[in-house]
Amino acid sequence: METNVLKKVDIIFDITDCDYLKILDRCMSKTQDEVILDIIDSGLKGRGGAGFPTGLKWKFTKNEDSDVKYVICNADEGEPGTFKDREILDRVPEKVFTGMAICGYAIGAKEGYIYLRGEYNFLKKNLQAKIDLFNKQTIEKNFDFTIFLRSGSGAYICGEESALFESMEGFRGEPRNKPPYPTIAGYNWKPTVINNVETLVYVSMICNLGPDKFKELGTKDSRGSKVFSVSGDTPNAGIYEIELGMPLEQFVDAFGDGDTKAVQVGGASGHCVPRKNFNDTIIGFEGIPTGGSMMIFNSSRSMYNVLHDYLEFFTEESCGQCTPCRVGCQQLLKGIEAVKKGDRKPSYLEELKKLALTMKSAAKCGLGQSVANPFNSIIDNFREEIIY
Amino acid sequence: MSKYLVNLKINNIPVTVEEGTTILDAAKKLNFSIPTLCYHEDLSVAGNCRVCLVEVSGARNLAASCATPVSEGMEVFTNSKNVRTSRKHVVELLLSEHNADCTKCFKNGHCELQDLASAYRIGDHVFIDLVKPKDKVIDISSPSICKDDSKCIRCQRCVRTCAELQAVSALAVCHKGDHQRISTFLGKPMHEVVCTNCGQCINRCPTGALTERSYIEEVWEAINDLGKHVVVQTAPAVRVALGEDLGMELGTRVTGKMVSALRHVGFDSVLDTDFTADLTILEEGNELLRRLKKVLVDKDETVALPMFTSCSPGWIKYIEHMFSEQLPNLSTCKSPQQMFGALAKTYYAQRKNINPKNMVVVSIMPCTAKKFESGRPEMRDSGYQDVDYVLTTRELAMMIKQAGIDFSKLDEDGYDTIMGDSTGAAVIFGSTGGVMEAALRTVYEVVTGREVPFTNLNIVPVRGMEGVKEARIMLKDVKPDFSYLEGVEVSVAIAHGLSNAKKIMEAVRDGKATYHFVEVMACPGGCLGGGGQPIPTSPDIRKKRAEAIYSEDEGLIRRKSHENPEVLQIYKEFLIEPLGHKSHDLLHTHYKPRKRY
Ligand SMILES: Cc1cc2nc3c(=O)[nH]c(=O)nc-3n(C[C@H](O)[C@H](O)[C@H](O)COP(=O)(O)O)c2cc1C
Ligand code: SF4
Ligand code: SF4
Ligand code: SF4
Ligand code: SF4
Ligand code: FES
Repeated sequence: METNVLKKVDIIFDITDCDYLKILDRCMSKTQDEVILDIIDSGLKGRGGAGFPTGLKWKFTKNEDSDVKYVICNADEGEPGTFKDREILDRVPEKVFTGMAICGYAIGAKEGYIYLRGEYNFLKKNLQAKIDLFNKQTIEKNFDFTIFLRSGSGAYICGEESALFESMEGFRGEPRNKPPYPTIAGYNWKPTVINNVETLVYVSMICNLGPDKFKELGTKDSRGSKVFSVSGDTPNAGIYEIELGMPLEQFVDAFGDGDTKAVQVGGASGHCVPRKNFNDTIIGFEGIPTGGSMMIFNSSRSMYNVLHDYLEFFTEESCGQCTPCRVGCQQLLKGIEAVKKGDRKPSYLEELKKLALTMKSAAKCGLGQSVANPFNSIIDNFREEIIY
Repeated sequence: MSKYLVNLKINNIPVTVEEGTTILDAAKKLNFSIPTLCYHEDLSVAGNCRVCLVEVSGARNLAASCATPVSEGMEVFTNSKNVRTSRKHVVELLLSEHNADCTKCFKNGHCELQDLASAYRIGDHVFIDLVKPKDKVIDISSPSICKDDSKCIRCQRCVRTCAELQAVSALAVCHKGDHQRISTFLGKPMHEVVCTNCGQCINRCPTGALTERSYIEEVWEAINDLGKHVVVQTAPAVRVALGEDLGMELGTRVTGKMVSALRHVGFDSVLDTDFTADLTILEEGNELLRRLKKVLVDKDETVALPMFTSCSPGWIKYIEHMFSEQLPNLSTCKSPQQMFGALAKTYYAQRKNINPKNMVVVSIMPCTAKKFESGRPEMRDSGYQDVDYVLTTRELAMMIKQAGIDFSKLDEDGYDTIMGDSTGAAVIFGSTGGVMEAALRTVYEVVTGREVPFTNLNIVPVRGMEGVKEARIMLKDVKPDFSYLEGVEVSVAIAHGLSNAKKIMEAVRDGKATYHFVEVMACPGGCLGGGGQPIPTSPDIRKKRAEAIYSEDEGLIRRKSHENPEVLQIYKEFLIEPLGHKSHDLLHTHYKPRKRY
């Protein structure tokens, strides 16, 4: 497998040579299909967690026949351990707007919405002022695209794309059945591209410097770099942009405190990697894909407590509509408590692992489907800590 | 637009269906049955219970067959190892948050969750019991509806019913995660919220979480009390549905057997709400004519048109809450059940020499809202509570079973007199459009002296299951007394299901519709689809019941309310004339606005 050495880069927050109005001009001198081809060619995959190829998403949406289409920037950033989108929106919001406008041009949408996490309301005033300016400038360019800001109301599930649409439409944030996918029926049941904040920044970078520049970084399956939110037992907590495709070992060397026992890659819904697997774990879509959260645990941490926290989080944040997730989360949580207390035999953990796999294939949305990631990886690797 | 055909295989058997068909429906076509809980034919698709999972080759996850459309070349497995494991897990999970005391449950034996638990032989309760003590507190504040959250599986059928079919939204999903539940506004008791008591949610609740308030024991008590004379009345729609709960085929008319069963059960007088349905037509028909005259001749602007029917108590509570400014449009007639109660404890009691104090009036209704209605303060004009207990069709079926009666083998019997006779016009009250048809048969004839100009009296335009129906009928060559109606084209509309009623109400309120007379029934299909009728319900089931109702009408010799001999008799002996003093005292009432939340 192709691997890279850990390389910090500075693309996202770099503001030299990036006049966003020029980027827009350059884009609009191309055809819509050419823009989409550039994005496809770059190999950019979504930075929100699922890693869907961005260019393809745009292409599907462009191909839909509809007068009304939307671009939505997912800034709900609810995944525990993730705080990069906040930083991006605070420091380089114009790059995000530009990405949205490019998308609007490429797919034929006239409206874009930023769905901002409720807890980030302190960003709102500043952001709105910058949006107003941006909107004014696009009007002056005779480019018909307007950006609006919407506040979320604090539920993790509203970051899931279809729940986000429901929330924007004024309903309870419950995920929808898929199909239909957002590219066909998203916000207001119209064709919609929904992208993560960071994805949209890379879009403007690709349009600025060309797909080849973007492709220089990363591996075949994981092009480019990515912003990581590093937290936990590290002397260097914070936000770092790193080239994709590095082995976890190198990451731990750079960020750990010398006593790292495990890294939770991808937030609460990601995988827990124990020390023995650091070397053969690649950070990227070919290895462990991630929305960018890296939580580092040293040997002083109880992995029972870690798992317990995650399960409490999911038990509370499940929207509650589907059986495998609503009840499954509670059973996993109560189950490890019972094993810990000795009310159930250690072998009950095997029943619970099977249940987690059912949740993975039977839950309605990504939340319930991903609980098995932390659950089974922590049980498998730290079984003793769960039982005793 | 013609639809594309899609070829797929289910359990290796090829099948071709129209695009857009769900896997569930495609499987039905091949007679593979897939269990469902949150799915209901009358409602939008939720896809939340996840018991209908199937495996689709090549897909990462299992698919909810109720929510997944077929696609070309799809290969589906409905009973693979993964499917079985997951499905069993789902049922086990549901049971782990369920207060499964089936032996004490009203739905015991009629429960979709119990059926699944039994099919999968879930005995060894793998998972931890999650039922919270506070959920075991049952809300019995409403005289119609019991809400037991400890039996709720969160399928949201009730929520969709109340929003989509009834436009009420008395029930909604609130909170998330482990706290998610089905709740009223601010968790208030059911009797304090906008609930219309229609019971449509009960009809679609797969478990015992929503049931009717049962008064079976109270009724047995009254029957066993030798000092009481217990009178029973049976609503029009009961006779075409009761059989479903007693092992008979869908759409069987069981009027005669029902009457026998009621005698066996021990009621002292077995009478018919159909009698007061006919009476309603005379009162309401005359009220309509009086309103038309006041508007057309007296130019009285205080008189409200269109006039709305008032026989559906779910509809009454809805208009009180949601459209109270249009209450003057409501006919002042009480519902047939309440006319019956008021007359039973006056007219019937006098004629039969029974002290009304010792009389207990029981109604058998397709309806849960009538339980609420019987307790309304407006409904005590006999000097007593006019109707003492209201049982649903389902409750009557239970009593018949409890009494050990082999229903299908019963002989047919006839109602007692003097409030037991009826016409076909009364029978069709049980279906949407029926009141309108009955009213037109009488009003047209009163005004013109001729029968309605429809073959065999069947006013087809007001029949059928469309949500809103409209019809017009021209009045020509009228009798001298009604010269003011000469050349008037009477315009009528019919709505069933409160979401359809809402459409009409808004159109009328906004001046977009000019009807003279509007029939509204709270329940889909009218009373035959009432909240007290046998479960399950579906468009097809309601259609079969409607067919039974119209065939009962066709088979009767008298099919016009004004030809009911007992009705003519009561006017002669007691009421004197429609809208007269006695009628005013006993048969008419007014309603008051309620809050909108
Ligand atoms: C429970 C849940 C929460 C999510 N939260 C977020 C979020 O906060 N931000 C985000 O960008 N994507 C989130 N996603 C992923 C989105 O559904 C969607 O895939 C993403 O916004 C697409 O953008 P991308 O293709 O640019 O990654 C979440 C998904 C799930 C299942
Ligand atoms: S998986 Fe969880 S969050 Fe997603 S729809 Fe089901 S209950 Fe809601
Ligand atoms: S709702 Fe069904 S499963 Fe639950 S107790 Fe009642 S009969 Fe049993
Ligand atoms: S009885 Fe009718 S109005 Fe009341 S909650 Fe049920 S469906 Fe809604
Ligand atoms: S009350 Fe009944 S219909 Fe409503 S969600 Fe619960 S189980 Fe389903
Ligand atoms: S019946 Fe399909 S998910 Fe409930």
